[in-house]
Amino acid sequence: MLFITLGFNQGKKEKNMKYKVNEKGYYGDFGGAYIPEMLYPNVEELRQNYLKIIDDADFQKEFHQLLKDYVGRPSPLYLAKRYSERYGANIFLKREDLNHTGAHKINNTIGQILLAEKLGKKRIIAETGAGQHGVATATVCALRNLECVIYMGEVDIERQAPNVARMKMLGAKVVPASSGSKTLKDATNEAMRDWINNPVDTHYIIGSVVGPHPYPDMVAIFQSIISEETKKQLLEQTGSDQPDYVLACVGGGSNAMGMFYHFMDDENVKLIAVEAAGKGVSSGFSAATTYLGKEGVLHGSRSILMQTEDGQVVEPHSVSAGLDYPGIGPQHAHLFKTGRGQYVSITDEESLHAGLLCTQLEGIIPAIESAHALAYLEKMEFKGGENVVVCLSGRGDKDLDTYIKYFNL
Amino acid sequence: MNRIKQLFEEKKNILSIYYTAGYPNTGDTIQIAEALEKSGADMLEIGFPYSDPVADGPVIQASSKQSLDQGMTLKLLFEQLKDLRKTVTIPVLLMGYVNPVLQFGVEKFCEACAEVGVDGCIVPDLPMVEYEEFYKDCFGKHNLSNVFLITPQTAEERIHKIDGLTNGFIYLLSSSATTGKNLEVGNTTEAYFSRIKNLNLKNPTMIGFGISDKQTFDKACSYANGAIIGTAFVKAIADGNLEESVSNFMKKFKA
Ligand SMILES: Cc1ncc(COP(=O)(O)O)c(C=O)c1O
Repeated sequence: MLFITLGFNQGKKEKNMKYKVNEKGYYGDFGGAYIPEMLYPNVEELRQNYLKIIDDADFQKEFHQLLKDYVGRPSPLYLAKRYSERYGANIFLKREDLNHTGAHKINNTIGQILLAEKLGKKRIIAETGAGQHGVATATVCALRNLECVIYMGEVDIERQAPNVARMKMLGAKVVPASSGSKTLKDATNEAMRDWINNPVDTHYIIGSVVGPHPYPDMVAIFQSIISEETKKQLLEQTGSDQPDYVLACVGGGSNAMGMFYHFMDDENVKLIAVEAAGKGVSSGFSAATTYLGKEGVLHGSRSILMQTEDGQVVEPHSVSAGLDYPGIGPQHAHLFKTGRGQYVSITDEESLHAGLLCTQLEGIIPAIESAHALAYLEKMEFKGGENVVVCLSGRGDKDLDTYIKYFNL
Repeated sequence: MNRIKQLFEEKKNILSIYYTAGYPNTGDTIQIAEALEKSGADMLEIGFPYSDPVADGPVIQASSKQSLDQGMTLKLLFEQLKDLRKTVTIPVLLMGYVNPVLQFGVEKFCEACAEVGVDGCIVPDLPMVEYEEFYKDCFGKHNLSNVFLITPQTAEERIHKIDGLTNGFIYLLSSSATTGKNLEVGNTTEAYFSRIKNLNLKNPTMIGFGISDKQTFDKACSYANGAIIGTAFVKAIADGNLEESVSNFMKKFKA
């Protein structure tokens, strides 16, 4: 009965709302909708309708049908034997890399495209970093026959070339973002500008738990399928639906929020979010937002972001395009500030080595994003026998060039 | 009395000019203000630059970036404006995004505005609810007007709410667009301008976004108390002698 618990269930008050969004669109001090008036009608339309649409039985049915038959869910929860031996704990990998299009991103795009249809939208725009969200968006647009425009930073177009080709083949128009650091942040700016200029028939499929309310909540709801399945699978495999740890990498934070969602209120489950330290948190080339950032407003919500004293957003760096973002979603900022989540970081080098290790131990080539989460296993200390779930958010096909260059393969 | 109020009581066809502080050169901020007043501008909007200006098109994006790269900050801007009121008498607003204001400190920002003689602010990404809850008192205390934007898509109820919340003027966007798009006054735009005119709002209105020449300016003035020019002006002062560029640009509107 997967789809009974997935909806936000506004009617039935959940037992604990400490970490969820309130009626004003806030998670503690974070969230809100800091948008220019030009975006207000669109965002307000979404705010008024998203829960109603998502909770509708027909929507749920279609959403879950597509997740099953098209995406290939449920994704396996795999007990990784050799990893478990290495660390002396039971290491489970939640295999989002096996989803159609190769990452967790499609959970969200399936949900949003159905929602966009219900709102009568004819044109879809999205930003992308690694290209995974762009591909996932272009895919659902092909599936539902909607016009698709993807904004992507020039730097990312270069380092994720296979995904650019896939988007084009899927019929999307890929528009380079050439401002700022020419990466995810700038692609997001361009997508927002597009939405401002196309206020009526366009839906913006944001790819992570960022943006103005209700986006962070909506994307988290769509991604929460990850922890919903995990709980069930853990119960079957271990006899308990409560692991000791769950780990996930954080760019904007959507795979992590999906992985944390149904564990947030289980306070004995430790939530570990892994950010990209880039060349090191003090190197000036980093994307470790909670370590380097301060509270502020970016892309429509109040959260934590890397910025100068003057409030200018600092350009981040990570070897992984999907983590190369100077902020995190407001719900993550809340989990961080309340101490519910532990936020740590992993360098470029550590992540690449972890990617190779995963390949050699388990025969799985992970996305460099996901390899950040895996790399943190090396730093943890286990008493023995703990149950640990790592969200393997995506596969590494798109990153082969980077791996090959780094390891001289 | 607030200079903005006074201006709207005394004048019609108000010409307001936007420019980015610290552009083309860091030290130009005051000189541009003086030159604009001398050549007939009625009101100024000085932009404090932000790294991620989502409501702006390429020209203002580029001017913001250049200004920031050259070292402009909000703190430096307030230093530059210290003697503003020794030479500039027309109303001055600051325009920019909310994050630099937050980092500066809202209270401190309002104090600094009042101290240098700034009359109001336009912060496009500051939502009305946040303004009402956390900023309004502070703005009031320092006699600052806060200007809100409306677009053709803004619902009437919301327009009235904005009208009740502001005390300077209402910024009427010619269309939902980022800055720098050309104004095409077709039937739907005219219908929208007329619709707003007929609401008999308590605040005056200024039309902005896409006003670039005498013709579009006059057209805007037939529906509103005046118009705001940004991108066209920023383009015009990109290079050459600043005083000359400003006066040549302004001549087109004063003919
Ligand atoms: C495989 C993979 N994991 C993680 C991310 C980071 O995004 P998020 O933090 O929203 O999960 C991306 C983004 O492109 C990705 O492709």
